[in-house]
Amino acid sequence: MIKLRNLDFRYPGGVFHLRVPALDVRERERVAIVGASGSGKTTMLNLLAGIILPTEGAIEVAAHRLSTLSDSDRRTFRISRIGLIFQAFELLEYLTVRDNLLLPYRISPALEESSDTRAQLERLAAETGITDRLERRPDELSQGERQRAAICRALITAPQLILADEPTGNLDPDNKRRVLDLLLAQVAGHGATLVMVTHDHDLLDPFDRVIDMRDFHGGESP
Amino acid sequence: MRDVLYLAWRYLAFNRWKTAILVAAITVIMFLPLALELVLERSSERLRARAAATPLLIGAPGSPLELALSSLYFSGEAPAGLVYSSVGEIHDTGLALAIPLQLGHRIGAQPVVGTAPDYFGFRGLPLADGRSLAITGEAVLGAAAATSLQAGPGDAVVTSPETVFDVTGTYPIKLRVVGVLAPSGSPDDEAVFVDVRTAWIISGIGHGHEDLADPGASGSVLKRDGQNVVGNAALVQYREITPDNLADFHFHGDTAGFPISAVIAVPVDEKSGVLLEGRYQGTDSGVRIVRPAGIMDELLATIFTVRQYVLAAVALVAAATIATIALVFLLSIRLRRAEILTMTRIGAAPGRVAAILGAEIMLVLLASSVLAALLTWLVTAWGDELFRWVLLSGYQ
Repeated sequence: MIKLRNLDFRYPGGVFHLRVPALDVRERERVAIVGASGSGKTTMLNLLAGIILPTEGAIEVAAHRLSTLSDSDRRTFRISRIGLIFQAFELLEYLTVRDNLLLPYRISPALEESSDTRAQLERLAAETGITDRLERRPDELSQGERQRAAICRALITAPQLILADEPTGNLDPDNKRRVLDLLLAQVAGHGATLVMVTHDHDLLDPFDRVIDMRDFHGGESP
Repeated sequence: MRDVLYLAWRYLAFNRWKTAILVAAITVIMFLPLALELVLERSSERLRARAAATPLLIGAPGSPLELALSSLYFSGEAPAGLVYSSVGEIHDTGLALAIPLQLGHRIGAQPVVGTAPDYFGFRGLPLADGRSLAITGEAVLGAAAATSLQAGPGDAVVTSPETVFDVTGTYPIKLRVVGVLAPSGSPDDEAVFVDVRTAWIISGIGHGHEDLADPGASGSVLKRDGQNVVGNAALVQYREITPDNLADFHFHGDTAGFPISAVIAVPVDEKSGVLLEGRYQGTDSGVRIVRPAGIMDELLATIFTVRQYVLAAVALVAAATIATIALVFLLSIRLRRAEILTMTRIGAAPGRVAAILGAEIMLVLLASSVLAALLTWLVTAWGDELFRWVLLSGYQ
């Protein structure tokens, strides 16, 4: 699913330096990325999502070499093949939960909402227990419900890859485990691959593999 | 596009108070100059048309503007001093048709206009109901006056006393309504028309009472001195002119010396008009002749000069408001950085995000435009009245 070769990334004018000689993630694999703050975990997710491009090297996701795609194609690829989950949920406050779940369809002409989409939305909402919250706004939901809604939004397009950036970071211990179990179940149910950034070592058990950013010589360049 | 509009609409609806304030501010800066222009344009057209349709006005010396405003719009008081003989003098020249105007009384809020039946033909005022003036004591109502007084042919209207504190003042006179004019969209709609003799009776110049020469009226006689009979306090003045008591109404003195407010002179041709102007201008006849169109042009020129300053002030306020609104939008975008970032990270093109933000601005502008258009339409519909009221309120 993911293939990184000789990846080198530096922020323009910055001292941060990320080097990944080689990294492979198989289809349906569940990978956790751990590392200290500033070690490049989020940068790694942004690279995998094609939000930023490497300074050198190649990133291949679902057999697409991201650096060879145009900006427009990369956006289309991302919105249709990759689901993103953020630590702060990032639900739009002025939309209902239903509209938030449909956001990818509203912001990209590449996706077309259909009856299948609506059926998928209802199914995801039912599976994550937020059916009765669909017409509410995010500020009317608990933290756990918001993250469940964010998970649904990431899965609404039936993506092949889920990139989650500390999705349990803002949750209490009970909700952390519950949301993680839900995320893993949904990812498995949809046959997707999961790459999740976390710094919570108590949550690593269910993952197939754990990648430590220290292995990638991350940190400051000389 | 539908999705873009939907997201923009959801954002505006969620921030409804902020949106309402923005819409209100933009509406005001759109509406004010537009409405001012439209109202001035339309109202000045009407004012000019009324003035242009009145070739010459003759009145007592004094303010030409007051003479024009009182004679054309029945507002304020015409300069006093003109007498009824002027009508005959103008008529005798053979240069113009002379139509008298006697103003100054009211029935409620409606002005009473004493004139001659020629006035209706001159102004092109057809009757919608009833007939024209025939005898003293009758009234023909303008369309709006009929509605306001809730009267029609067969009904009666009573003139208002000049002041309720003046017990020696003129008596209210009951007038019989014989006709109602078709709406004309002019000040004539508001007027109650009577003949000049009736207007004089309303003024108290003429009056009616029982015949003191009749032996049956001896109780009202104070003294008899040859042909002269003097009534006492018991003498009852008639307050209504009817066919039965019409003969008892009379005037003491020569009607040629009775007052009138103005005379509309309708020259038989352009040359006659110039000749008539020449006769009255520069003489010490105690009469002033004016062309209302010229007077109204002078008045409107003054108003249009003021308009330039008002528009300049509005433009300054508009510029400040637009700058503030632009600042609000920019700050709003800054506050929504996280939301914009989320959309672009998920996969929205920068153009799509810009389209959503642009759609929000467009919807606000659209709502403001619709509101401004609605307000402008209302002002256009009612603006003439409003403008006339503003213009003439100082002369009421």
